Amino acid sequence: MTPLAGYLLVAALLFSIGLAGALTRRNAILVLIGIELMLNAANLNLIAFWRYGPHPEALTGMMFAIFSIAVAAAEAAVGLGLVISIHRHAQTADLDEMNRMKG
Amino acid sequence: MSVISYILAAITVGGGLAAVLLKNMVHCALAVSLAFAGLALLFLDLDAQFAGFVQILVYVGAVAILVVFAILLTRSSETPKDGGVFSPTWLAGLVVAAAVFAVIGWAVLNSVGGLSYETAVPAVTVQQIGQELMGRYVLPLEIVALLLTVATIGAVIVAMHEKEDAK
Amino acid sequence: MVERLDQLFVLLSHWLVSFLPAGLQQAGGILIGVVVIVCLYPALFAIAVLMERKGLGRMQNRYGPNRVGPYGILQPVADGIKSLTKEDIVPLSADSAVHFLAPLVVVVTSFMGFAVMPMGRNMVLVDLDAGLLFYFAMGASTELAVFMAGWSSRNKYSLLGAMRAVAQMISYEVPLLLSSLAVVMITGSLSLTKIVAAQNSYTGIFPHWYIFTPWGFAGFLMYAISTTAETNRSPFDLPEGESEIVAGYHTEYSGFKFALFFLGEYVAMFSISGLGTTLFLGGWSAPFSFLTWIPSWIWFFSKLMLSICVFIWLRGTLPRLRQDQLMNFAWKFVLPLSLLNLLVAAMWRFLGDGWERWVFCSAVLLVAYVVVGLQEMRSDHFGPRSYRYVE
Repeated sequence: MTPLAGYLLVAALLFSIGLAGALTRRNAILVLIGIELMLNAANLNLIAFWRYGPHPEALTGMMFAIFSIAVAAAEAAVGLGLVISIHRHAQTADLDEMNRMKG
Repeated sequence: MSVISYILAAITVGGGLAAVLLKNMVHCALAVSLAFAGLALLFLDLDAQFAGFVQILVYVGAVAILVVFAILLTRSSETPKDGGVFSPTWLAGLVVAAAVFAVIGWAVLNSVGGLSYETAVPAVTVQQIGQELMGRYVLPLEIVALLLTVATIGAVIVAMHEKEDAK
Repeated sequence: MVERLDQLFVLLSHWLVSFLPAGLQQAGGILIGVVVIVCLYPALFAIAVLMERKGLGRMQNRYGPNRVGPYGILQPVADGIKSLTKEDIVPLSADSAVHFLAPLVVVVTSFMGFAVMPMGRNMVLVDLDAGLLFYFAMGASTELAVFMAGWSSRNKYSLLGAMRAVAQMISYEVPLLLSSLAVVMITGSLSLTKIVAAQNSYTGIFPHWYIFTPWGFAGFLMYAISTTAETNRSPFDLPEGESEIVAGYHTEYSGFKFALFFLGEYVAMFSISGLGTTLFLGGWSAPFSFLTWIPSWIWFFSKLMLSICVFIWLRGTLPRLRQDQLMNFAWKFVLPLSLLNLLVAAMWRFLGDGWERWVFCSAVLLVAYVVVGLQEMRSDHFGPRSYRYVE
């Protein structure tokens, strides 16, 4: 197994762990944590391909990863703001209890 | 992959597993910060120093603190009332995640022949990164700046106390 | 001879490393550097604690500690013995794993900043290309440890203190980064050794330190304010003020863990003062060109201890800011002026050499400060002073 395949498998494992977390937990914040883990796994994929790819001096992979980190931070901020706002309205952050469209 | 890469991968995956399995929310948040730090070390292992330090600065220094503040402000750190922390359909979610991992793993292992180039360590200086950002990637840079401004304003407006609700 | 004294520690380290086989020499050199840093800064911490207690005492018109040795010199030894032998009380409902790890993380992240700091000519542990970024990444990790300490104690005062401390630290992190960014922009590199090398030249007898330029002076002011807030020192020490909130996030810590927090706070102060000297005060370079015969490491540590004395002086002089005043100050005063400073530094670079850029940049900065200052003073929160007497 080449080093590149090793890193890609670690990224895939982290991605599926994040996906499992986002799909199975009840609290909205843990869903967001799962999403952050998935984004991080994708970043690891990008950096691994940049390092073992044909043109690492073109810096494409690292640039993509840096932009992805910035966008993920912005998305985490907005998502957590939404969770706080929902909690203020419904007094709970439990996703299983928010099963109606009526506010 | 050297021994260090295995250890770092174990730390990262362990942190991720702890983050989705633990019952106490603050412990989950701290475990995911460990996963972020492990990932930053993996980036350093892959000779992407700038990305590794940015990962620590942004994720451990800002996103982890955001998550922790959200946990405290939504009182999720208190024990759950009933039913436990996993939703009733947890088995379906687990099966889906396992299927995704199986598909991606199979794809990686079957296409490994044409992938690895084993190049020398790329010598990336921060100056090169700066020149790329201001040269080839100036449009994404400006768009990300606009996105961050919009996200900041949006998050503040969404989470702000609304004055009409105080009746 | 002067050269040998300047490179004394480098030559000593090379001599020690030459006893090792060739494969282990690099690791041996780094290990020696790490051991020196881990032993030197706690020793400086002992001296700084003594200086603080005596200095604060004198500023408050009393003697400091004067029982333990002649003039109280051995007080840090007594403090060390006390904190090592005190009982380590952990609350029953506290989260013991997180409670145990929090002081460790604080100390580890505070010490990591020294890895990239140039303490003399050729005396840097790791010369990273993105050294300043590494330093700020380690500083950002400290905040999570503060939160861990406050939350795991299961104490309302601790949690409140920790939330205030974290809010303060993240608010002042942005002006800290922005004021350092002006230096990076002018130097063209994130590497701390290059930043010091760019300040190491002299015109006549005056050095080219960045603090002697208009944007550097304003930047240094913003940097000093931000560092005082980042390390939770007076006048920004509401999170740990004894009269307000018992001891904030380290209420439930006793004995050696409290000593570790105390050590972590002072080491963070040293580390951030070291960064300030590197960025603005020329690092290890001498103040006048006829003084370069004094070794570079003496200059670095003198400037560091001078910064610590200024911190102690501020603590003894200024009253404490309230939390909302502190945050207002960060977001409405320090942050816009740091952005303006960045603009002025850019103007400085593009106006070329000559007297025009001095006048123009100083004028812009003075006008901005005066306008913003007058606006703050004119606010109607301050009524006429009223007195209330006990009847």
